[in-house]
Amino acid sequence: MSKNFMTLQFAAKSENESFARVTVAAFIAQLDPTLEEIHDIKTVVSEAVTNAVIHGYEEDANGIITISAVIDGANIEITIADNGKGIENVEEAMQPLYTTKPELERSGMGFTIMQNFMDEMNVESKVGEGTKVTLRKKITLNSMIS
Amino acid sequence: MSLQISMEMERNTLIIRLEGELDHHTSEKVRDKIEAEVDKGIINNLVFNLEKLSFMDSSGLGMMLGRYKKIRQLDGKMSICSVQSSVYKIFELSGMFKILSVYDTEADAINALGVA
Repeated sequence: MSKNFMTLQFAAKSENESFARVTVAAFIAQLDPTLEEIHDIKTVVSEAVTNAVIHGYEEDANGIITISAVIDGANIEITIADNGKGIENVEEAMQPLYTTKPELERSGMGFTIMQNFMDEMNVESKVGEGTKVTLRKKITLNSMIS
Repeated sequence: MSLQISMEMERNTLIIRLEGELDHHTSEKVRDKIEAEVDKGIINNLVFNLEKLSFMDSSGLGMMLGRYKKIRQLDGKMSICSVQSSVYKIFELSGMFKILSVYDTEADAINALGVA
């Protein structure tokens, strides 16, 4: 299969979390992934978008979230980017159960889930400029015809 | 896809049935509805029936953990039942099963609270 890509931009509103994960899942569907793979991808997109809404923009709906997805053979790469406040210490933010907002009942499991559900995760962040999360996964091509 | 919530009282236990997708957006609404019931002061226990919950992310997890902490503070108990495999995976990864028991049926989950 040749390369394919898409880009999506939307307001940083919690209502758009389901829109984002469903849209990315629909784009990935052309690879004929398993139900579990689709579910994993929906989950990680939801985690990254939620982080952008709550932490990046602190629920300021004027913020813009950009998602790009690239399909290259069986490999998918998804980037979720915001121009929000950025993360001071990425290493610390990635620790399981770490959260800066326990009062909002955040579980602190977002990055842990992204790491576990995908093959690779990369987080680039600059304070005052924003955060970009890149997620990669190879889809099993057992039943794909073309 | 959004989330439907239905609640039923059985003695001092609140049974919460969730249908759809539990994320950051929908978790806040679920939390507010459950809290409004718990704040009335007649509920001791919570049972979450997740048979029709097709999606949950870490925001849903945080909401469930928040309800667990709250009901424990009130000396109550909480159990969950009928968890779909995709949702099960999130619970498992987070270590929630170390503190919460999961049951196959709603009746089992209610019985496990020892209030029947």
